[in-house]
Order: sequence, then C-alpha cells, then structure tokens
Amino acid sequence: MAFEGLTERLQNAMTKLRRKGKVSEADVKEMMREVRLALLEADVNFKVVKDFVKKVSERAVGSEVLENLNPGQQIIKIVNDELTDLMGGGKEGIEFSPKPPTVIMMVGLQGAGKTTTAGKLANYLREKDHKRPMMVAADIYRPAAIEQLQTLGEQLNIPVFSMGDQVSPIEIAEKGIEQAKNEGRDVVFIDTAGRLQIDETLMAELSEIKAATQPNEIFLVVDAMTGQEAANVAKSFNEQLDITGVVLTKLDGDTRGGAALSIRAVTGKPIKFVGQGEKLDAIDAFYPDRMASRILGMGDMLTLIEKAQQDVDEKKAEEMAEKIRENTFDLNDFIDQMDQVNKMGPLEDIIKMIPGMNNIPGLDQIQVDPKDTARMKAIVLSMTGAERENPDILSQSRRKRIAKGSGRPLVEVNRLIKQFNESKKMMNQMSKGNLSGMDNLFGKGAKGKLGKMAFNQMNKKAGINKKKKKKKMVRKKKK
Amino acid sequence: MGLFDKIKQAFTGEKKEEPIQQDEVAEKYEKGLEKTRSSFSEKMNALFANFRKVDEDFFEELEEILIGADVGFDVTMEITDALRQEVKLKNAKSQNEVQQVIIEKMVEIYEENEIDEQPVQLKKNELTVILFVGVNGVGKTTSIAKLAHQYKSDGKKVLLAAGDTFRAGAIEQLKIWGERVHAEVITGKEGGDPASVAFDAVKKAKEEQADVLLIDTAGRLQNKINLMKELEKIKRVIQKEVPDAPHEVLLVLDATTGQNALIQARQFKETTDVTGIVLTKLDGTAKGGIVLAIRNELGIPVKFVGLGESMDDLKAFDSTDYIYGLFSELIKETI
Ligand SMILES: Nc1nc2c(ncn2[C@@H]2O[C@H](COP(=O)(O)OP(=O)(O)OP(=O)(O)O)[C@@H](O)[C@H]2O)c(=O)[nH]1
Ligand SMILES: Nc1nc2c(ncn2[C@@H]2O[C@H](COP(=O)(O)OP(=O)(O)O)[C@@H](O)[C@H]2O)c(=O)[nH]1
Ligand SMILES: [Mg+2]
Ligand SMILES: [Mg+2]
Repeated sequence: MAFEGLTERLQNAMTKLRRKGKVSEADVKEMMREVRLALLEADVNFKVVKDFVKKVSERAVGSEVLENLNPGQQIIKIVNDELTDLMGGGKEGIEFSPKPPTVIMMVGLQGAGKTTTAGKLANYLREKDHKRPMMVAADIYRPAAIEQLQTLGEQLNIPVFSMGDQVSPIEIAEKGIEQAKNEGRDVVFIDTAGRLQIDETLMAELSEIKAATQPNEIFLVVDAMTGQEAANVAKSFNEQLDITGVVLTKLDGDTRGGAALSIRAVTGKPIKFVGQGEKLDAIDAFYPDRMASRILGMGDMLTLIEKAQQDVDEKKAEEMAEKIRENTFDLNDFIDQMDQVNKMGPLEDIIKMIPGMNNIPGLDQIQVDPKDTARMKAIVLSMTGAERENPDILSQSRRKRIAKGSGRPLVEVNRLIKQFNESKKMMNQMSKGNLSGMDNLFGKGAKGKLGKMAFNQMNKKAGINKKKKKKKMVRKKKK
Repeated sequence: MGLFDKIKQAFTGEKKEEPIQQDEVAEKYEKGLEKTRSSFSEKMNALFANFRKVDEDFFEELEEILIGADVGFDVTMEITDALRQEVKLKNAKSQNEVQQVIIEKMVEIYEENEIDEQPVQLKKNELTVILFVGVNGVGKTTSIAKLAHQYKSDGKKVLLAAGDTFRAGAIEQLKIWGERVHAEVITGKEGGDPASVAFDAVKKAKEEQADVLLIDTAGRLQNKINLMKELEKIKRVIQKEVPDAPHEVLLVLDATTGQNALIQARQFKETTDVTGIVLTKLDGTAKGGIVLAIRNELGIPVKFVGLGESMDDLKAFDSTDYIYGLFSELIKETI
C-alpha cells in the first residue's frame, strides 16, 4: 500500500539530508516533492497542495536548522507547523445567541453524518454548557429520516420537533423555533436533508431556511473520507450559505483526512468538531496539530524524533551499537534498552506516534501492558552480575533461583532468556548486514515493533545500518 | 473485441464508436459520466496545449490531472513513472507521441488484470442471495431499494432483509422502501442480532420460493475488527440455510470518497469475498477515475452505479465501455 511507501520515502528523504546550518533550496526541493505526494495521497485537493507547497517552500529556504534536527526534519517541522496553523485559528466552540434560542443548522452531502452529529452536539452542549437543546426534523425527503432523529431524541431524552414529511422544511424550521421559544429551549438544531452541492433547487431551499430562521451557526458536515471533491463541496456550500463552521465526521476510520485541509483552505471557515464514532458521545473538539500529523502520515513522528532525541542518551546508544558490533551485548544492555523505550513515555502513546500503526486493524484492542517491561526488568535484576554479562551460564537451577527471586514463573524467565538469545543472534547478523529475521528481534506484535523502533533510533544515532533499517522500520505491507 | 483493438480503431478511424443504447437511465448515465470525461480530456488537452517540453513540471501537471480525477494515487504514480521512462527511452517529444504513450500505458494498466466482469445474474428457479456491505452512509439501503425495483420490474419475487439493526431508523427506512417497491421486508428488533435477521430472511425466502433476497447491513468502518467479524458471522449463518450463498457480496462505495475507497475495498474483500462494487452518488461528482484504481489494484469489477436518490437511479455498469469512453474522447481530440 502506498501509505507506508510514502512515509518511508518522506523519512528517507529526510535522513538523506545531512545536518548543516541552513536549509538550502536543494534541501527544500528534495523534501517538497515527497511532501507534495504525501498531501496528494492524503486526499488534499491538488490545487490546495500546489499553493501550500509553494508557500511553505518559500518559508523554508534559508531557515535556520534547529539543534538536533537535520534539514529534512527541519522542513517536516515547518510543514507540520504550517499545516497546523492553516487548519487552526478561528473561533472555537459554538457562538451562542444573546437572545436564545441559539439556532444551529446542519447541512451537507447525503450520508455525511448530519443527523448523528446533531444528536451528538445536542448531547454535548447539554453536558458541557448545561443547555436545554431541541432538534428539528427538517429532512422530509429521505425515507425514515424523521424516525431516525426521533429515535436519537428518545435515546438522549432530548425533544424532537416534527411536522411529518408533507410540510416544507422552511415552515418546519420556523415552527420548530417558535416551539423552542415556547418551551424555553435555548439551542435548536435544524437537521436538513443531504443534498448535492450542484442541486440548485435543494441548495436554494437551504438559503430559504437560512433566511427564515437566521441561524447563529451553519455547520457544514463533511465525511473525513471525502476525496478531491471536498474542495468543490465546501466551496459551493460556503458560497451559497456562508457557513460558520465545519464538522468532520468518521475520523475513527483510517482515512488520512486531507479533506480537512482542502475545506479550510477553500472556505477559510474553522473546523469546530470531529466525529469519532457512531455512538452519541463520540464527538470531540478539533485539534489542528493532531490533524496535521495525521494528514502528513508521519504519525507524530516529529514529536517522537524530538522526544527520542531529548531522552535517549547519545553516548549510551553509541556504546550499545559498539557492543553489538563486537558481539558483547548482554542482559544489562537488554534492560537498558528497555529503559530507553520506557523513558519515551507510556507505550500506547509511543505506538500511536509510529506511522501506520494507528491503521493496523485491531490495534485499538491491543492492550499494551507497561507492567510487562517492568516484569522483564525484575527478572534481569534478580540475576547476578556474572549471569547478566554471560547468560550462557544460566543453568536450570540458576533459572529457578531467578524465578523465585523475581517472583515470576519459570516459563517467563525461560522466555526472556530465549528472547534475549534470539535478539543477540539477530543483532549480530544485522551488524554484519544481514537483516532477515529482524522482525522477530523484539518479539511479536506491537511491543516488538516498539523495541525495534527504539533500537533503530539508537542505531541512527550511532550511525550504523543507516540505509537498511529504513526499510524495516515501516510496517510490512498487509497483503 | 478487446479494448485495445477498439482503441486502435479509434486511432486509425477505421470504425465509428458503437452506438450506445438509448433509454432514459442510459441517458442519465451518459450525462453523469460525460462530466468526468469532458473535464478529464479538457484538462489533458489544456496540458498538451501548454507544455513546450516534457519536463518535470509537465509530469507534475499530469499527476495533478489524474489525481484530480481520483484515478487513485498508486495508479497515477504508475502511469507517470512509466511515462517518465518511456519518454526517455523512446525520446518522445511531440504531443502526439507523448499522448500515445499515455493512452498505451493506461490501457496496459487496465488490461493488466484479467478480471471476471460477469454482471450480477440471478439463478434460474432458485434463490439468489445478495449481501450488501460498506462503510456508513454510502448508500447501501438505497441501492437495495433500487435493485429490488429493477428485479420487481422484471417480474421477480424479491425479499429484503433489514440487517441494519444498529442505526436509528434504519429498519424503518428499509420498510418504507419495501412499500414503495412492493417487496416484503423481513425485520428483527432494533438493537437485535443482525445474523438472526439474515437467517430468518433466508429461511423465509426459501419457503416462499423467492427469486432474490437482498440483505441490508449496518454501515461499518473497515478498521473495526469486531464489526467486520460480525459480517463473517452473517455470512456463516446464511450458509447454514443455503450453502453456496451469498451468491453476490456487493460492496457499496461512495464515489466522492478519496483514497480510502481502496482501503475499504481491500478490507471488505478480505473479510467477505466481495464479488462486485456498487459505486454510488456518481450523479454528484465528475470523478469516476476510482473505477480504474479499484479494478487495477483489487480486481473487483464495478457492477452498478448509483445516479440519484430515486428507485430508478441505478445502472448496470460496464467498465470497458466506461474506460473506452474515457480514452476515445481523448483520442478523438488527438487526431
Ligand atoms: N464511524 C462513524 N460513523 C458515523 C459518524 N458520524 C456519522 N456516522 C454514521 O454515518 C451514517 C450516516 O449518518 P447520518 O447521521 O444518517 O448522516 P446524514 O448526513 O444525516 O445522512 P442523510 O440524512 O442520509 O443525508 C450513519 O450510519 C451514522 O451512524 C462518525 O463520526 N463515525
Ligand atoms: N445523490 C445520490 N444520493 C444517494 C445515492 N445513493 C444513496 N444516496 C443517499 O445517500 C444517503 C445515505 O444512503 P443510505 O442508503 O441510507 O446509506 P447506508 O447508510 O449505506 O444504508 C441517503 O440520503 C441516500 O438518499 C446516489 O446514487 N446519489
Ligand atoms: Mg440525516
Ligand atoms: Mg442503511
């Protein structure tokens, strides 16, 4: 899948550029080609990409390279910052009317998530701002659209106003607001039918609803998976209605979500909320920084790089690499390595930063147990110095003693020793340039990847296996 | 006649384009795809009109045109990378030469995958079970209604199963469609087990000797393992009653979806052996390019396209015709 391919290429391009004082034009050119592709692949509209790349290139050339970064990383940082800036800003939250009720109109394409989001937001405002919301069923076209909203209303215990599907949506909206006033409801959501931006009749209908109800907010609801078309959709809805904000839905999927950037660039309107699931509490404020790294497909790689650079002791890493080369890597080093990984933060957080990892189906179900590394450490700490330096002397009786001392079962002790031996063997091979079997180095699954990552990180510092490890760092293609 | 021959003929002007059947839906279909085609070839022509030499800027422009048509990122890269090579090798310089290389490459990519493009066919005197799957809001329920309407018009006995027990109002939605197209709808309880609805429906369809059973499912994102497993269970349960069912698993994709459509197709294919795609909302977008990407990368044919919200708005899809149309427009303007 190209997804990994690109991240890999971005990283390759990044490390190709050696450290020096200023970002040169050549550096920028090299990186920007990859950045451009990353954005296109993330579904950012091609025109938006063009402008963005131009703008960022200008900014990047001649910029000072920060301590600890190479020019490639520096450029990624600039790109990341610019993306964040571009998508951020603007008013956060909801603009409440000084004269209640506050009227919020939901608009968008078919199936984007308008109705669900209306329910989520109504619930959200009731919880967070102690509002008394009401919802108005103004989708008279889609079969059972009214029932859908009514069901949500029942689930949330929030009233829904409906006049059936034989009355014009404009009248429904007006009467709905009247009713809200009478009942002392202070926020009214108008759920409208999905429509194509090219459908003139239905677009005009929205303008009429707007004119009749003077909404305080008009939220364009957009499916985060939308492709190039997002720019056209956002443009038309905005031109027609002068929307006040955007809600991006279905971000719980594995889309890169470049639509966010397209919409922001085309309309200038803020993205206010994101939908994170089908349940009615799955709504969140929009964080431009998270979105930026998601679009870039680097996970929070930059953060990780920075973090790792602060926390991993360079000297230690170099020593370790040296030991690997000399084949004197022992159990002391093994737990040191674990400490390095631990220092970088909770395992789950680190996993999320690795590009591609958040896309592995089922990862959200994996429980990374930080106790695991603690247990392994306990085992090693129960060994004598001689045992740690020379694990070959670990006889069954010694192992039993260690198991007792560490309070771990014998199988666990055996497993650890086995794992260590395999690691050592592989590291040895690796330092000779043979990388096959690298995948098993740190055990299977997410934790294995983590260990590998930390290890790569250290190797990078120590400057060994520079090119080869790149290939392996990226998640293997899933069929 | 193979696609390549057709295109060659168009090149040499030996034969005129075959006339396309002209009923109402076909017209709508043509109109919908027309947008894709003309905007595509317009842009290509503008590109050729503007470039002086085939340089990196040219390739970037070309990449943008292809990606802009949602041809798919990988396919785009495949085309432009190949083109970079060819242009170097053949030293192609003139507009005609380069354009020819582009078309050749696209056709080559298209023909790379020999895939089974059988349209959906009902079994004779036996029940055909069709399962609809896809992410949230793509148009599964509506497509079922449309297809049911087609089969009803052909005089078939059609049953619908309301397998979306999760989304608010989903059962009601299918029931309303059932009334409109005069097809019986088998329902369960909201929040109930979708597999048991499917089971009941298959049983009933057999008892009543229905010709076709269309099973609706709740939308689910392909990265949700548990929900994907639920689909496997639905399939298993159906097979208890009819061992070779479902005879078709149609993945519904929204034409406005970007690159994620490919991931969807890949993931759903893995769990449910998708046999074909329904590409919906093609009335709204000038982007049909994803057809090429899906075919190329996954070998799943698009079997139907959705062109609107009413029950008439579904059309059987022939990708050869479509892609031929895409190219022939281009070729016509080259000569
Ligand atoms: N996974 C996920 N699904 C969502 C999210 N938001 C909405 N959905 C689902 O997307 C589908 C469509 O949502 P609706 O709220 O009915 O969308 P709509 O825009 O009102 O659709 P129409 O009224 O048919 O135009 C439903 O299956 C929702 O459950 C989200 O953030 N994540
Ligand atoms: N314009 C257009 N809208 C469609 C098409 N197919 C479905 N829809 C609309 O898309 C929305 C979601 O459809 P639905 O069938 O409920 O999707 P499901 O959640 O996958 O079952 C509804 O508003 C449909 O009317 C199509 O081909 N064109
Ligand atoms: Mg709705
Ligand atoms: Mg449905």
